[in-house]
Amino acid sequence: MFRFILGRAAMAVPTLIIVAVSVFIMIRLIPGDPAQLMLGDQATPETLAEARRTLGLDHSLPVQFGLWISAVLEGDFGTSISTGKAVLPLILDRFIVSSSIVLSAVLIASLIAVPAGMVAAWRQNSLSDLLIVGGATLLLSIPSFWLGLLLMLLFGLKLGWLPVVGYVPVSEDPLAALTFSLLPVATLVLVETGVITRMARASTLEVLRLDYITHARAKGLSERVVLLRHAFRNAFAPTWTLIGLILGNLLGGIAVVETVFTLPGLGRLLVDAIFARDYPVIQGCLLFIAGIYVLVNLIIDLMYPLFDPRVTAE
Amino acid sequence: MTALPSFLRLRRMQPNALLGGILMLVLGLTALTGLLWTPYDPLKINILQRLAGPSAAHWLGTDEFGRDVLSRLLAGAATSVWISLLTVTCAVTTGTLFGLSAGFLRGWPDRIIMACNDAVLAFPGILLALGLLSVLGASKYGIILALSLAYMPSVVRVVRGAVLSLREREFVEASRVMGNSELYTMLRHVLPNCTAPLIVLATSMFGWVLLSESALSFLGLGVPPPAPTWGNMLAASRPYIGQAVWLGILPGLCISLTLLGANLLGDALRDHLDPRLRGLK
Repeated sequence: MFRFILGRAAMAVPTLIIVAVSVFIMIRLIPGDPAQLMLGDQATPETLAEARRTLGLDHSLPVQFGLWISAVLEGDFGTSISTGKAVLPLILDRFIVSSSIVLSAVLIASLIAVPAGMVAAWRQNSLSDLLIVGGATLLLSIPSFWLGLLLMLLFGLKLGWLPVVGYVPVSEDPLAALTFSLLPVATLVLVETGVITRMARASTLEVLRLDYITHARAKGLSERVVLLRHAFRNAFAPTWTLIGLILGNLLGGIAVVETVFTLPGLGRLLVDAIFARDYPVIQGCLLFIAGIYVLVNLIIDLMYPLFDPRVTAE
Repeated sequence: MTALPSFLRLRRMQPNALLGGILMLVLGLTALTGLLWTPYDPLKINILQRLAGPSAAHWLGTDEFGRDVLSRLLAGAATSVWISLLTVTCAVTTGTLFGLSAGFLRGWPDRIIMACNDAVLAFPGILLALGLLSVLGASKYGIILALSLAYMPSVVRVVRGAVLSLREREFVEASRVMGNSELYTMLRHVLPNCTAPLIVLATSMFGWVLLSESALSFLGLGVPPPAPTWGNMLAASRPYIGQAVWLGILPGLCISLTLLGANLLGDALRDHLDPRLRGLK
């Protein structure tokens, strides 16, 4: 067990290095001189040379990478060009907003979708299966930003039940924070329910076809025991992996939902930084989100043996 | 490849395949119409006709600059479909090329290709496209390049996986024994057998790419205005959604119907072409 954890954790290291190198190269591919971009039109040759020195641009590329990555490891993601603030605190502030919405949405979506998918698989080709699969496919086909607009139009503008845009931190007013995050969370729940239901159904179908299920039924176990003890736990494993991927994907993809509801989240920070050509912030966001993605997948993998003990058998 | 003709026989079609096919056909016709003809110039501003509701002159109303919404939807379809088609073509061709080389040559080409592939896959979803667009700048071809790169790795994986199992089969061995070159064997015998999973993947991918393109345009990082796409029309509708509901509903409906079509058709093709699932229905 210990060897499994250690081995899997060691596998994440090369991925993180690849991510760091790709982000570094990507930002260096941007045409133009970062120092010039930072100073704008007021740059004189002296200030330019000074800026290049402080940014470390006078070194060779591998040295620049080394300097950058050692700073990152110490928690120094650089300073934002447009606001002059340190990048990491900025990212962490926004991350709290995005992650609380993403985590609650994925949790609720899983609680709805996993049982729905499993019931659909168990009652394959019945009316309930048809309804569940049809509903899931329909939800899957609605873009989150449009669904968000529709919910906003209905509950915010027409019915006036919920605030349309804005954000209040939980620390200031928990009740207001809840009303402001209700619509964004509902949007993500609906969209992700579609994806997770289909996955849960497909993996349950695969398991139900296996010989050991036939064997369990043949030896006279009740359908309840067959499903709960033998089928569902095994069938949940692939869905669990998908949930991890969704968590990571949403951290980048939530930008559209944050735009609809004008939430100050991480995705919006990245998009605004792209517009402002604020390269330290872009670089920091890309590295941070990709890093979290690797980390989430690592945690998901480490919890895999809970559903499928065969994983640690090696 | 005898599977496709029987699949196209109408009376044997599953209802979901039929619906998916019809939706995609309608999309194709809409895009073609938008390319050749629109009732009005989609860019023509008419301030006197701002935010007018549906009428005989403007079937689907006008937007915040008095531009005809139907014309803009048609033109937007042409742009979105063109971008998605080009992206899927790029991703599938380059992905097949790399996947085929990796699976067939194995050894160090395989290791290098898969290492690069994993590097791309290490970025979640749309993030890589966002990063690349910050480098390339928002434009039609910037999006195509960014999305092609983001979607290529899944093609590489599918093709490599198929090739790895195919190359051990007897008919590939037979081709070698007959003295055919490796290249000929690969193109004549291995590649055609990868088409079934590729068709399934490309169909679903068309929907994902169109969704990503719309999302990027919605964020303002896609096709720059005034050129219409469904995504940037939705983004522009946000301030007016209270007064002009149709502006927020129509473009989203177009995206959803397209995605539904791609999903249904993709599912139907997978059920039909994937022999593992064939006995199930």
